[in-house]
Amino acid sequence: MLVKQISIFLENKEGRLAELTSILADACININALTIADTSDFGILRIIVDDVSKTENLLKKNGFSVSVTDVVALDIDNVPGGIAKPLAMLHKSGISVEYIYAFLAKKDDTAHVIFKVSDVTAAVDILSKNGFRNTAKS
Amino acid sequence: MEVEHLGIWDKIESISYDEMRAIQDKRLIETVKYVYDNVEYYKKKMDNIGLLPDDIKNCDDLYKLPFTTKDDLRDTYPYGLVAVDMDEIVRIHASSGTTGKKIVVAYTKDDIDTWSDMMARCFARIGTEIRDIVHVAYGYGLFTGGLGAHYGAERLGATVIPISGGNSRRQVEFLTDLKPTIIACTPSYMLHLYEVMTEEGFTTKDISLKADMFGAEPWSENMRKEIERLLNIKAYDIYGLSEITGPGVASECIAQNGLHINEDCYLPEIIDIKSKKPLGLDMQGEIVFTTIKKKGMPLIRYRTKDITKLFRDDCECGRTLVKMERVTGRTDDMLIIRGVNVFPSQIESVLLEFSQLTPNYQIIVDRINMMDVLEIRVEMNENLFSDEVRKIEMLERNITQAIESVLAISARVKLVEPKSIERSEGKAVRIIDKRKI
Repeated sequence: MLVKQISIFLENKEGRLAELTSILADACININALTIADTSDFGILRIIVDDVSKTENLLKKNGFSVSVTDVVALDIDNVPGGIAKPLAMLHKSGISVEYIYAFLAKKDDTAHVIFKVSDVTAAVDILSKNGFRNTAKS
Repeated sequence: MEVEHLGIWDKIESISYDEMRAIQDKRLIETVKYVYDNVEYYKKKMDNIGLLPDDIKNCDDLYKLPFTTKDDLRDTYPYGLVAVDMDEIVRIHASSGTTGKKIVVAYTKDDIDTWSDMMARCFARIGTEIRDIVHVAYGYGLFTGGLGAHYGAERLGATVIPISGGNSRRQVEFLTDLKPTIIACTPSYMLHLYEVMTEEGFTTKDISLKADMFGAEPWSENMRKEIERLLNIKAYDIYGLSEITGPGVASECIAQNGLHINEDCYLPEIIDIKSKKPLGLDMQGEIVFTTIKKKGMPLIRYRTKDITKLFRDDCECGRTLVKMERVTGRTDDMLIIRGVNVFPSQIESVLLEFSQLTPNYQIIVDRINMMDVLEIRVEMNENLFSDEVRKIEMLERNITQAIESVLAISARVKLVEPKSIERSEGKAVRIIDKRKI
C-alpha cells in the first residue's frame, strides 16, 4: 500500500517531457502511473515505476531534479462513491490529502488511486484496517 | 532672477570660455583647499601622494588630484566625506550600492539652493516658463529625481504637480484633467503612460504636454523620435547622479544636440577607460566630475563610470557651456532598470540566502510594452527540490519579495532545472539585456 513515487521538476520547455520519457524507455523502465502538476513556469512530473532507485539515479545522472516521496496506493471499486469512502476515512482521522491521481487497471474493474497525504503511516494503518488493498504493480 | 531672462536662466550659461575658465580655476582652488582642510579622507589621500592644495593652481592641474570612486563613498559611509558640521546638513539622499550597502549624500542649505538653480536652468533650457505646469513623475524620496525636479521647477516659478511615480491611471487622470505642459519622468514610463492613456480612450488631443524631460535611464535617438511622434511633444535628455547632486548636472536645450554641462558647478573631464589619463574634447571615455561649488559633500574627480565625450559647438540657444554627448554605456555591469540602478551582485547576494537555490542564475532585462522588465532565472538545488507545487511557488514568491526589498523594483523570478543555464567558458553570462535602446 505504501509506494515510493518519483517526482521530477520540469521547466516548461519544449521537448523536455519527451526527453525524460525517452531516457526511461532506453533503460527499459516501465511507468505504471503518471501525472503532471503544472504552473505557467514549471511542472512537476510524478511517476510510479518498478525500480525506484535505478530510476532515481538514472534521472539524476541526466541532470534532472528528482525527489522520492512516500505515497499511498489503493484499489478502489470503479463504482459511484468508490473514492468517497477512503477520503471520508482519512478526513475523520485528521489526515489531509495533498493530491490524488488515478488510473484504471485493464483486467478487472478496479481503479488504482495514488494519494499524497500528510501522514503516510497513519493513512496506511487506517485504510488497511478498513479493508482497503493495493494490487497494482509496485 | 528676472522673469524676462527665462530663456537663459543664468547669464553664466553664456559667458565666454575665458570667463568660465577663470571661474572654474578659482572655484577649483577653493574646493581643493576646502576638502583638504575639512575632509580627513581627502587630506590623507592627498598626503599619500605628496600633494598639497597649493599644487593646484588652475584646471590644468586637475589631473594631479586623486580620483574618488563609489568604493570611497562606501568606505566612508555614512558621513566620512561630509565637510561641514552635521548641524549644517539639511538633507540626505541615498542610492543603493553593489552589496546592498547604501551610498548617502548630504546637502547643506546652500547645496540645495545651488541644485535648485541648476534644475531651474535645465527647465528653462527646454522652454519652461512661469505659466507652465510641471508634472513630476519621478519617484520622490531617497532617489534624487523627484525632489530635484520639484525644487527646480518651483525655483523657476512654474506650477508643480508632485505626483511621484506609480499609479499610472491616476497619472493619466492628472494629465488629462490638470493639463500639465511639461513632464519629468523616465522615457520608458512616458511610453507606458501613453499606452494607459490610449487604453482609456484618450488621445494626444486630451493632454497639453509640449515637452518632457527624460533622464535616469539610457534611451536612444530612436526612442526620442518615437515618443515625439506618438505624443506630439519635444523630448529632452537630462543627466545627473546623486553623488554629484542629482539631476541637473547637464541637460539638453532646444537644439537637442548634446547636453550642456553646468560646468561652473560641476567641472567635467573625460578620462581614458584603461589608462585613466585625461582625454581632450571629442574623445570618448569615462566622464569624471569635480564639484566646485558644493559645501556638504564635495567630491574630487568622481568616477561616474558613464561613457561619453565632451564637445563644444556654437549652440543656437546661445549657451556656451561645454556639452556632453548622450551617455552611451557604462564601464561596469550596472544596469539601469526603470530608472533604478541595479548591480547583478545585489541580486546574487539575495539568491545566495536561499539554500534551495544554486549560484547559477541569469538576469534577463527586456522592454515589453515599453516598460523595462526584469526576469531572474535561477537553478534549483537538485537535492532540495520539493515535490509540492505550493512549496515551489512559495519559494518563488519569497525570492521575489527579497529581491524587491533590496532593489526597490519588482522582478519576475523563475526557477529552472539544475544545469539548464548555459555555462560559458570563463566569465559567466549573467546578464542578457534584450532592450533595444
